[in-house]
Amino acid sequence: MAHYSFQFQTLAILVLRVGVRQEVVMKDGILLQLNNISVVYSDVIQVLKGVSLSVEEKHIVSLLGSNGAGKTTTLKAISGLLKTENGKVTDGDIVYRKKSIQNSPPETITRQGIIQVLEGRQPFKYLTIEENLRVGTATRWGKPYKKDMELIYDYFPPLKERRKTLAGYCSGGELQMLVMGRALMAHPQLLLLDEPSLGLAPLVVMEIFQIIERINKEQGTTIILVEQNARMALQIADYGYIMENGKIVMEGVSADLKENPDIKEFYLGMGTSGDAKSYRDVKSYKRRKRWL
Amino acid sequence: MRKLHFHPCGNFNERYEQELTIFETDFGRASLVVGLVMLFAIVPYASGPYLIYVLNMVAITAIAAIGLNILTGFTGQLSLGHGAFIGVGAYAAAILATKAGFPFILAVPAAGSITAFVGVLFGLPSGRLKGLYLTIATLAGQFIIEYLLVHWEGLTEGTMGIVLPGVSIFGIALDSDRSFFYVVYVCLIVMTLIAVNIMRTSYGRAFIAIRDNDRAAEGMGIPIFPYKLLSFGISSFYAGIAGALWAYYMISITTEPFNLGLSVEYIAMIIIGGLGSITGAIYGAIFITGLNEGLRWLTDILMGVDIFSKAGFSMAPLRELAFGSAIVLFILLEPRGLAEVWRIIRSNFRLWPFSY
Amino acid sequence: MDFFIHLLINGISIGFLYGLAAMGFVMIFKSSSVLNFAHGELMALGAFVFLVLIGWAELPVYVAFPLALAGSFLLGFVVERIFLRPLIGEPLIYVIMLTVGLASIFKGIMLFIWGGNLYTFPDFLPAGLAIHWGSINIPPVYVVSIAIGLIFLMLFGLFFKYSSQGIYMRSVADNQPAALSLGVHVRKVFALSWAIAALVAGMSGIVLGIINGINVHDLSSIGLKVFPVVILGGLDSIGGAVIGGIIIGLLETFTGGYLSTSLRDVVPYVALVFILMVKPYGLFGLIEIERV
Repeated sequence: MAHYSFQFQTLAILVLRVGVRQEVVMKDGILLQLNNISVVYSDVIQVLKGVSLSVEEKHIVSLLGSNGAGKTTTLKAISGLLKTENGKVTDGDIVYRKKSIQNSPPETITRQGIIQVLEGRQPFKYLTIEENLRVGTATRWGKPYKKDMELIYDYFPPLKERRKTLAGYCSGGELQMLVMGRALMAHPQLLLLDEPSLGLAPLVVMEIFQIIERINKEQGTTIILVEQNARMALQIADYGYIMENGKIVMEGVSADLKENPDIKEFYLGMGTSGDAKSYRDVKSYKRRKRWL
Repeated sequence: MRKLHFHPCGNFNERYEQELTIFETDFGRASLVVGLVMLFAIVPYASGPYLIYVLNMVAITAIAAIGLNILTGFTGQLSLGHGAFIGVGAYAAAILATKAGFPFILAVPAAGSITAFVGVLFGLPSGRLKGLYLTIATLAGQFIIEYLLVHWEGLTEGTMGIVLPGVSIFGIALDSDRSFFYVVYVCLIVMTLIAVNIMRTSYGRAFIAIRDNDRAAEGMGIPIFPYKLLSFGISSFYAGIAGALWAYYMISITTEPFNLGLSVEYIAMIIIGGLGSITGAIYGAIFITGLNEGLRWLTDILMGVDIFSKAGFSMAPLRELAFGSAIVLFILLEPRGLAEVWRIIRSNFRLWPFSY
Repeated sequence: MDFFIHLLINGISIGFLYGLAAMGFVMIFKSSSVLNFAHGELMALGAFVFLVLIGWAELPVYVAFPLALAGSFLLGFVVERIFLRPLIGEPLIYVIMLTVGLASIFKGIMLFIWGGNLYTFPDFLPAGLAIHWGSINIPPVYVVSIAIGLIFLMLFGLFFKYSSQGIYMRSVADNQPAALSLGVHVRKVFALSWAIAALVAGMSGIVLGIINGINVHDLSSIGLKVFPVVILGGLDSIGGAVIGGIIIGLLETFTGGYLSTSLRDVVPYVALVFILMVKPYGLFGLIEIERV
């Protein structure tokens, strides 16, 4: 029975969507816009159920949410990597610089300046740091890279010392710097960072976030930041979206989000949950439930 | 009376034992029993000698294919030496029968054990080698064994081959295809049962763990090396039994058939049948044996046609082509093999007419 | 002593041929981690195409040779396109078995057309290429094969180490999703590496054909001899392929010369097993970096 109800639900959503579909007018200064996109993996698993967000030029936008909320999928939908995982944008559209890019192959998307930094640091283990950085020039057919490399070494000094080392032998922090530097080599206009703080020591996380902010300020790179570390992310972001279960449940300017009691409780760990089972806990559970 | 079980429309297993059951329903169990009774009571009498011969070859091939699937499909060690191990089994049986006078009933398991030992010996590199490097080490094993079979003339008679004595079990002479049918199929059923049950024990689960992630398996406390060796041992035991049966069935054996081509043929079998599936190995054996016989039949017909026989037509290119195309098509269209095809057909029936 | 030197030179020449044959093989492995079982057949196809061009179409060598190489290049391209592209992302065993299937198909086709007979090329190499040092004679074919081997070795070494395309190829072999995320055109890389590999295979097939004559069975069994050669050198090392080839060549000629001719074919494999027990990744192969 569960199956049927699910189908009716999606059917209803479809009908509604057709009803409210309208021409998208893009405001000036908006770099990327996702309009009500749905993503389905292997033709059966629906992960995103109508996600809309817009990213202003030169802003840092953070995308928060628990595991399995669909954050990574959203990034992959933008960068086109969904295709390699048998996923597809089935509905809605992704507009980048007034051009629709949904379901384009990753090669064409990256050439327009959208570069994703994958979750969990994916270095080329058998390439040296320097060679890793050179792969970042793939979108430009490897045109002059020496100057860019100096810039990267300026942002990430530890990389310079180890530039002849195989990436497989570097530490987690160095690798995070490497993959970010590698992405910067492509001169991205929109950088998609997927959990840069994953598994790093707090001090290193701090360092990485400072660099992210610097990149944004100095290079004017627009950044979408997916994070579990909501506190850090909201500190450097201009705007934030909260995702749950494949939907955006809340959005707002970072400062506002930081003060929101629900966010405080669910994502910043500053609420009273974890105390004795009081009536308040039940209430907050209900509030959260409303989101899901 | 116990309640009969039928298939539910989906996987509703709640306990591990349910996952482990061989027969999900009583209907499955019953149909297997009926099938076996028919196999033994009707098939040998309803089919002609040629068909029985083909069926016997299928059974012998299937035993060896199950062995390879344990090593490659379940433990994840791609071996290119299976053909040579079958050769070891065949020669072990032949030598034991002619030089040591072993009776059939002892020679077959003894050949299996000897082959298992040889298999463990050639599995030793797996302690240090992984993946493709190990595959190439087994390829080396294939060539080394082949060389020994041909050149250790004191033992194997070299290219002359060995002729085996007639076979009898408990005083009954096995001199016809039909009597052999019973022997090989009893062997196949016993070996299948053993394989299915090994895979349900902790050993089987350890094999699968090693296949999926050997580092993680080691972290879980599975000693990888001994288990890999065990897998090599079991796999070549199956090869040995198959080889011994083959030797007895063929009566005279030479070193020729046990070449790299045979090893590749067995890998093709388990891929076409379905990697990591015992029944898949049997389907694969049926498919490849059927393909070989079908091609022989086709060539015979073509040879009858004037144009072809005058053009010096031979079976080799046709065989290569058909064999290659079968592998390529299966990998491109249904990489999980016949076992998967069968599963899909079955579940279509089960869920009909509401397949969603 | 003369006999010894004779064997030495013979071994080195044969070794260079093996190395040459192995290079194309390493090429494919380096970019896509695939063991190509159809390598011997690709060699044979190249040789047969050359035979047709030079023998039946009676083209001059300097036209036929580039044409045959171009044909091989195209063949590699087509093979990748039709058979290997659908398998991108599938487990390796399937890809390897696919090459086994391809080997059978090619062999079948060649047997259909040319049968299992031995063909020889007309003699076209100028005798002036031969080298004479006192009692030592190196026939022109060997000189040519050594020269071609050295040239290609250098070209490939430089290509993989310094050129952008070479680094992209290595990055794809290393970590495909990461390469995709940086805009490396993975499909192009695969197609190119198969095409180049087929070209090298075709060339080595032609050189071998000049020496031994061409026969489907012989050439495809040399395709198998490539395995100990590349494993000995390390699957991903092009220089290792040549050195592995020379070691195997020397082993073969010396056992053939001093022990017995029947041992000749097994000795490489015995040596292989022992070397692998000491150095599991070959003499020059990269040690697999695994982090759990």
